[in-house]
Amino acid sequence: MPFLGDDMADALNALVILANFVLVPGLAYGSQLALGALGVTLVYAVLRFSNFAHGETMAIGTMFVILATWGLQSVGISFGPLPTALIALPLGIFVAVMLCLVTDRLVYRYYRRQKASGVTYLIVSVGVMFVYNGLIRFVIGPRDQIFADGQRFILKAREFKSMTGLNEGLAIKTTQVVTVVTAILTVGAVFWFLNRTRTGKSMRAFSDNEDLALLSGINPDRVVMIAWMMTGALATIAGTLYGLDKSFKPFVYLQLLLPIFAAAIVGGVGNPLGAIAGGFVIAFSELFVTFAYKRVVTYLLPDSMAPETLVQFLSTDYKFAVSFVILVIVLLVKPTGIFSGKSL
Amino acid sequence: MSFLIGENMVCGYGGADILHDCTIAVEPGEIAVVVGPNGAGKSTAMKAMFGMLTLREGRVLLENEDISNLKPQQRVLKGMGFVPQTQNVFTSMTVEENLEMGAFIRSDDIVQTMQQVYALFPALYEKRQQPAGELSGGQRQQVAVGRALMTRPQLLMLDEPTAGVSPIVMDELFDRIIEIAQTGIAILMVEQNAKQSLNIADRGYVLVQGRNAHTDTGAALLANPEVRRAFLGG
Repeated sequence: MPFLGDDMADALNALVILANFVLVPGLAYGSQLALGALGVTLVYAVLRFSNFAHGETMAIGTMFVILATWGLQSVGISFGPLPTALIALPLGIFVAVMLCLVTDRLVYRYYRRQKASGVTYLIVSVGVMFVYNGLIRFVIGPRDQIFADGQRFILKAREFKSMTGLNEGLAIKTTQVVTVVTAILTVGAVFWFLNRTRTGKSMRAFSDNEDLALLSGINPDRVVMIAWMMTGALATIAGTLYGLDKSFKPFVYLQLLLPIFAAAIVGGVGNPLGAIAGGFVIAFSELFVTFAYKRVVTYLLPDSMAPETLVQFLSTDYKFAVSFVILVIVLLVKPTGIFSGKSL
Repeated sequence: MSFLIGENMVCGYGGADILHDCTIAVEPGEIAVVVGPNGAGKSTAMKAMFGMLTLREGRVLLENEDISNLKPQQRVLKGMGFVPQTQNVFTSMTVEENLEMGAFIRSDDIVQTMQQVYALFPALYEKRQQPAGELSGGQRQQVAVGRALMTRPQLLMLDEPTAGVSPIVMDELFDRIIEIAQTGIAILMVEQNAKQSLNIADRGYVLVQGRNAHTDTGAALLANPEVRRAFLGG
């Protein structure tokens, strides 16, 4: 680095490490959690229960996308530098939406007619979770599936180094950009639907005050149906983006339930804006707490003070503890979440 | 025959009956007010006539058609509007969205009706982009009434519209209700403020323990010494 002082270069190198290992992955992971939490919040706002089957809905939707991707690949269709899964996504969404509607017809509708309590629904959703879980293991198996294809990186670490002359590289994966762009488009579409269309407004009205919505002639069956369709679509998109970015492993999707619920609750369950904010809060907390700062600190401090340990608050094995702790703190301090949610 | 009549209604929640052989009727362009002490079954009568409670005996007729077995939503389609006592607005939605949702069953252009509501309640026009939950009590009631008017009902039922609002706001709201009645809409309301509401009533019903105790014009009830002594504080 001939043009920059050593101190300046060190600071930039430290920043690049943070961007490479926290900022970029955090944006992608946060988007995935946000989409997942949006689905959870939607079910809560309209059907008024915590849907524990949401993680499995994400997994099963992703499974449909993977099957469709394999189908497309086998006939030689690809999406150039982008993952083929993006072409398969609409098909996967369609099947997942159908599955959600069938599940509602066979399971949830019965309890709706019974006017079951939220806790009953919650337990029922655990049952649905197990059934989906079995279905996934039966069809695609419990093992890891990597289905991302196309160009792996948009910006390679080596290219970044030669561009900037810094020691540290910044890599941006295609799947990370795809995740963030897809999430922005999806969230935009959801908000446009809820705030601008008559049907979307009727969903908000139903979520706000069910009795008054009925008095206004809003058809509850239709609202519930659309809520499930949106949930199925959001779950499939979130699951596919996560699977592309990392890999598809059914068990991991089950574990994702915790950060997703934490995200929804941190933001204020039932509030879509809160779900998105919550997704990023959880994602960045997880990464900041489990990141090893050794190299960052080494750049920033004089050589004599360089740390010998990893300078890591928690091992990555404990990343779920972060969501859990945040969840507990929010429930203790501000149970309604950042945006005081309850309705759409 | 009356425009809307609940005839010999008997009903209640669970086992015990609250209404006993109670009859309430209203004509187009007329204001009918149901008053009575706490627990007399005023709100219950309202719910029974709107189909939110099942009648054990008696029937509800709208233009001579028996609507006793219709759900509330179906009664809305028949031209009945209802303003609940509490939780009568969509708090997280703007005033304009509230009105829009009120007109949900309509497929025609609602702009004109919305303008009529704004003409009736000018304060709402100024606050049309504000969430209804942020409005004052009186303005919320205006939103609630406006929402019910959006279906262009022939009959508007109000459950204690002035509960929890100041006397000035109450007078203002009653003036607006008179205006609504003058457009030919039948108004049936339950009121705690017996004196003030009987003042504007063409027809008043005093209920006691679920039975019709006195039925007359509002003015006659106000002049009735027995009613005055028992319900109006002398």
